[in-house]
Amino acid sequence: MKPSVLLEARSICKRFGGVQALKDVSLTIRRGEIYGLIGPNGAGKTTFFNVLTGLYRHDSGDVLFEDQALDLSSPHRVAAAGIARTFQNIRLFGNMTALENVMVGRHVRTRAGVFGAILKTPSQRVEETAIKRRAEELLHYVGIAPRAHTLARHLPYGDQRRLEIARALATEPKLLALDEPAAGMNATETAALRQLVEGLRDDGLTVLLIEHDVKLVMGLCDRVAVLDYGEKIAEDVPDVVQKDAKVIEAYLGGSVGA
Amino acid sequence: MSAKKTTGLVLVAIALLALPLILTQVGTAWVRIANLAILFVFLSLGLNIVVGMAGLLDLGYVAFYAVGAYTWALLASPHFSIHLPFWVILPTGALLACLAGAVLGAPTLRLRGDYLAIVTLGFGEIVRIFMNNLSAPFNITNGPKGITRIDGMQLGPLNFVRTDTLFGLDFTGPAKYYYVLLLLLLGVIVVNLRLQDSRIGRAWVAIREDEVAAKAAGINTRNVKLLAFAMGASFGGIAGGMFAAMQGFVSPESFILQESIMILSMVVLGGMGNVWGVIAGALLLSFVPELLRYTVEPAQQAVFGRLLVEPEVLRMLIFGIALVLTMRFRPAGLWPETRHRREMNERKDRTARA
Repeated sequence: MKPSVLLEARSICKRFGGVQALKDVSLTIRRGEIYGLIGPNGAGKTTFFNVLTGLYRHDSGDVLFEDQALDLSSPHRVAAAGIARTFQNIRLFGNMTALENVMVGRHVRTRAGVFGAILKTPSQRVEETAIKRRAEELLHYVGIAPRAHTLARHLPYGDQRRLEIARALATEPKLLALDEPAAGMNATETAALRQLVEGLRDDGLTVLLIEHDVKLVMGLCDRVAVLDYGEKIAEDVPDVVQKDAKVIEAYLGGSVGA
Repeated sequence: MSAKKTTGLVLVAIALLALPLILTQVGTAWVRIANLAILFVFLSLGLNIVVGMAGLLDLGYVAFYAVGAYTWALLASPHFSIHLPFWVILPTGALLACLAGAVLGAPTLRLRGDYLAIVTLGFGEIVRIFMNNLSAPFNITNGPKGITRIDGMQLGPLNFVRTDTLFGLDFTGPAKYYYVLLLLLLGVIVVNLRLQDSRIGRAWVAIREDEVAAKAAGINTRNVKLLAFAMGASFGGIAGGMFAAMQGFVSPESFILQESIMILSMVVLGGMGNVWGVIAGALLLSFVPELLRYTVEPAQQAVFGRLLVEPEVLRMLIFGIALVLTMRFRPAGLWPETRHRREMNERKDRTARA
């Protein structure tokens, strides 16, 4: 059985002044896989992420998500379509509790407005309870339930990463995009993160992962794409990509064994 | 709710209801002062939605107050010979202020921090200058002379200019306004408290904390910010209407930048985002100057035998010192947001268990 495609990016281009940050990047993410995006510093990984999640306006190209053109014009539309992300430099709502952070993630899937809240209508109360319950479940899922009422900025680093994932999961994504989730983590924390991401896949989620830690990527990902100077130079299973001459050159800056 | 809390609330309610009757004995001026204080609490709570919750630094809030005040003034005075009842004017004022809020909000959606502050400051000035100059070629606002002989409130048989006697108690005009204001204040407190822990309230706080992350988490930041501006402005409009009715006179001079700064200081001093903090800040900054007005002069007469420093001068000095001290020792305000305290409670629980 041919695995079905979840997301297809076609010829994405993005230019910053004189720098071609992304040049005709096309890639295909299949349902239920962990897809790695790697490349040297400045290769355009995060730019691709920002285009995909609507934070940057791209110059040309398009994205098909679940066989439909994805509206990249604003981040909340992307989130509504079913793509959630985390950030390389963790971006939490510092003065809100962990629980509230996740509750914010439910925004896009809920409806209550100002008047519902002021009048405390029955439907608003039901929804509010459901939001809270779901948020608690997610905190439990990522393993930081005991910290529910701690302010996000007071959480330890590893827990902040987990909280960001929980907040992203609260939007009910079909594709979860993680921007260097293991950055700054020690070996134990990385191992725990790996377990978490594998668990997400086992629960049916598709994961797009940017990562510097090559060992983590190669061990964790089902398929990997490599970006270098804004171009995709390889896309395959980790074993094949690892042996690709172009990839080795990009990482080591010269031909090996010459 | 615990029995103790209920008793406390009942006592506070009785005290608040009895207050104007007691103050009337001291002097009607004090009832007027209390009314203005409530009006400022109301305004601060409106601004708290914009600044405290959504984190949008608005230095032109008084513009919405002005819109509300002029709406009442124009729709209930001999100026155009229109005399509409309050239940038409107050909602109209709120609606117009709400529109003004959207007008200010829409072009400033991309701005934040200092830049937003500058634009809103300009907006506040523009509205005031409009009021000052809309007297020719058509005389709409009567320019700097302002609008006089504005109708007071008329609630059925209750006329807010006369004194009515009920159950053997004298209710003066200001005392009647006091009760109306108290009712309105209760409304704005409920709105603030309920929004604080709602889907929209969380979205506002999320935008305040990190706008990019809020967007990525699926919040339509444009709509949600506009909503904050519009909500805050509506409350400003209602307060403005009450102000016009109480004073019977409005002129552009009442809506200067200093008023905006005063309201903002109340929010900041009390504790941005926390309803009770904002109330405390607003009461403090409205009552203390009045107390000074009545105590500084006699005190100086007694000590020095003559007046050395005008109360007005001293007022600004104390005001400045208070703000500097707050920012130095309690940067989150006298009574910071409840989220922090929730965490503190949890910590206490944990240490208690450990």
